[in-house]
Amino acid sequence: MNAIEVTDLALAYGELKAVDGVSFEVGEGEFFGILGPNGAGKTTTLEMIEGLRKPDSGTVTLLGSSPWPRNQALLPRVGVQLQASAFFERLTAREQIHTFAAMYGVARARGDEWLERVGLTEKAAVRAEKLSGGQAQRLAIACALVHDPEVVFLDEPTAALDPQARRNLWDLLSGLNDDGRTVILTTHYMDEAEILCDRVAIMDRGRILELGSPAELVRGLDAPVRISITNADLTMQEAAAISGVDEAAEEAGDLVLTTRQPSEVLTFLANGKLLDGLRVRAATLEDVFLDVTGREYRA
Amino acid sequence: MKAFNAIAVAVLKGFIRDRASVFFAIIFPLMFLVLFGGIFNNTEQSPIETKTIGDISLVDNLPKPAREAFDDSFDVTDEVDERERDAAIEEVRKGDLDLVLEQRGDTLVAHYTKTDQVKSATIQGILQAFVDGTNVAVTGEPPKFTFEGEGVEDDSLQMIDFVTPGLLGWAIAMSAAFGAAATLNGWRQSKLLRRIQLSPVPAHTVVGARIVATILIALVQTAIFLGIGTAGFGLTLTGSWWMSVPLVMCGTLCFMAIGLLSGAVAKTTEGAVNMANFLVLPMAFLSGSFFPLDGAPGWLQGLSKALPLRHLNDGMLDVMVRGEGPGAALLPMLILLAFATVLTAIAARLFRWETI
Ligand SMILES: Nc1ncnc2c1ncn2[C@@H]1O[C@H](COP(=O)(O)OP(=O)(O)OP(=O)(O)O)[C@@H](O)[C@H]1O
Ligand SMILES: [Mg+2]
Repeated sequence: MNAIEVTDLALAYGELKAVDGVSFEVGEGEFFGILGPNGAGKTTTLEMIEGLRKPDSGTVTLLGSSPWPRNQALLPRVGVQLQASAFFERLTAREQIHTFAAMYGVARARGDEWLERVGLTEKAAVRAEKLSGGQAQRLAIACALVHDPEVVFLDEPTAALDPQARRNLWDLLSGLNDDGRTVILTTHYMDEAEILCDRVAIMDRGRILELGSPAELVRGLDAPVRISITNADLTMQEAAAISGVDEAAEEAGDLVLTTRQPSEVLTFLANGKLLDGLRVRAATLEDVFLDVTGREYRA
Repeated sequence: MKAFNAIAVAVLKGFIRDRASVFFAIIFPLMFLVLFGGIFNNTEQSPIETKTIGDISLVDNLPKPAREAFDDSFDVTDEVDERERDAAIEEVRKGDLDLVLEQRGDTLVAHYTKTDQVKSATIQGILQAFVDGTNVAVTGEPPKFTFEGEGVEDDSLQMIDFVTPGLLGWAIAMSAAFGAAATLNGWRQSKLLRRIQLSPVPAHTVVGARIVATILIALVQTAIFLGIGTAGFGLTLTGSWWMSVPLVMCGTLCFMAIGLLSGAVAKTTEGAVNMANFLVLPMAFLSGSFFPLDGAPGWLQGLSKALPLRHLNDGMLDVMVRGEGPGAALLPMLILLAFATVLTAIAARLFRWETI
């Protein structure tokens, strides 16, 4: 059974079609990502699935039932981290999570456990307003998970974090669906989606452009791999003649080989002891975005 | 129940930790109480500071009881002679002295200013009475008319008795309205309202917890006001003062509704609090929270009857200090609840999830 089924979902704010005919399914235990630039319609889509907004048209099935109107039976099975950190004013991290625990009717100890798991035990006595951006996100995630929901929605959990903090958070996030929990996350970051998500929907201007596992999407591109090495003794002609190389070029003193058979080329280079300064850049979701929209991806 | 308590506690902690709201709910109104209770409550008339010039035989020859009465009213600080007359009168002019008294032949001459009307009336009245009394005594004839004072039980209130219920009403109105306005807007802006909507807690639990927290705050305000009023400033509570508890509860509901209305209309938290202030402060003046409306023109009295705070104040005055029975609070309570219902309904209609 699918945890989430969305069919032809659409919502307009006045003239603006924020979500314009979106359909997808998320399997139980899957880590699903919605990737897209600002204003793509990610939050609006999530809000309709969560039951905060009524779609103009289309249907949502969440854990087998409809989230709209407010479905009291469904809510305890769902956890939500909203894009803005929604906390009670002037409560400490521990008091926040205890309050949420009580709202879901679970023991306070569960709150403490989650505080520990997101690494906030030391900050337990600090008021939420005084937490750093990353700590506040962790707290919001912990509050979303305190009642051990079957499905958890995370709206840009790593927004506004520095690269180090983002990476730290990835460790936490990647473990979330280990015990069969379904995770649905939105992000601006291609690398994040590639690392965390089983499947990704690339969204822009209210529509889903591509949907699949990151590897599938990239493979579907059939984009070449770029291999660059410090230019040793190879001439341009010799390089271009290597079996599997489509194109050879010199860029900033490096030799750049474009290929669709990277293993063959790499083997050749290795045999010739030509791997100094080796860098390999495969196509990423960024290239997928560029490919489908014709625009550079800018988060 | 767990959720109910948790939210109520969260709100209470948020309140106690917010210096500004504690200040405006408790300290600020208390400052007024201390001001009115401590400074203006001084109903004791201080003795009239007097200097006499030369001998005043009229006073010296008063019979003993009359002489004592004179000494009670006038505090003769100095007896100076003729040469210092101008200097003494100058002291009166400057307000350092209340009265300079001299006798010119058979005439008693008093120099005083009219700045303090009470004092000047007292001086004139008492001295006239002494002179009349002396005239009667000199002629030896028994006076034809006599005067006898029959004290009537004084119904007028001491300043503190009047001021405590009014200021308390204002304090409760402020904290309930500000609290509700700030919560509604703050929670909406931070999306906490959305977050709560996505938890299984029913709406009535959230609302109920918020109300209970505000009522607790109001009851603490009441306890502090009545405590300080009675202990510090001689506030005397009458029989059914305990009816002020349900009255305060109804008042809290009513002013929370006003706060909700402000919160629903305003786009920002500051805007909501300002609007609540804009509604409550003029209402406090017009409802007699700061001074009695007895002298106000009829139309103003009528207008004030349309304000919920007026009814809260009246009800509290009745049961707390005027000695009315418990029933006196019932009509004000009903009126407050009616206001609460109507205003909440309007607020609910105006409420938008989106702030833009
Ligand atoms: N409440 C609203 N009223 C009017 N327009 C809105 C509202 N919320 C969003 N929009 C508009 O709808 C579009 C989609 O917004 P949405 O918040 O879903 O995008 P998003 O993909 O979550 O963007 P971001 O990455 O910035 O969070 C945007 O153009 C936005 O301006
Ligand atoms: Mg968003």
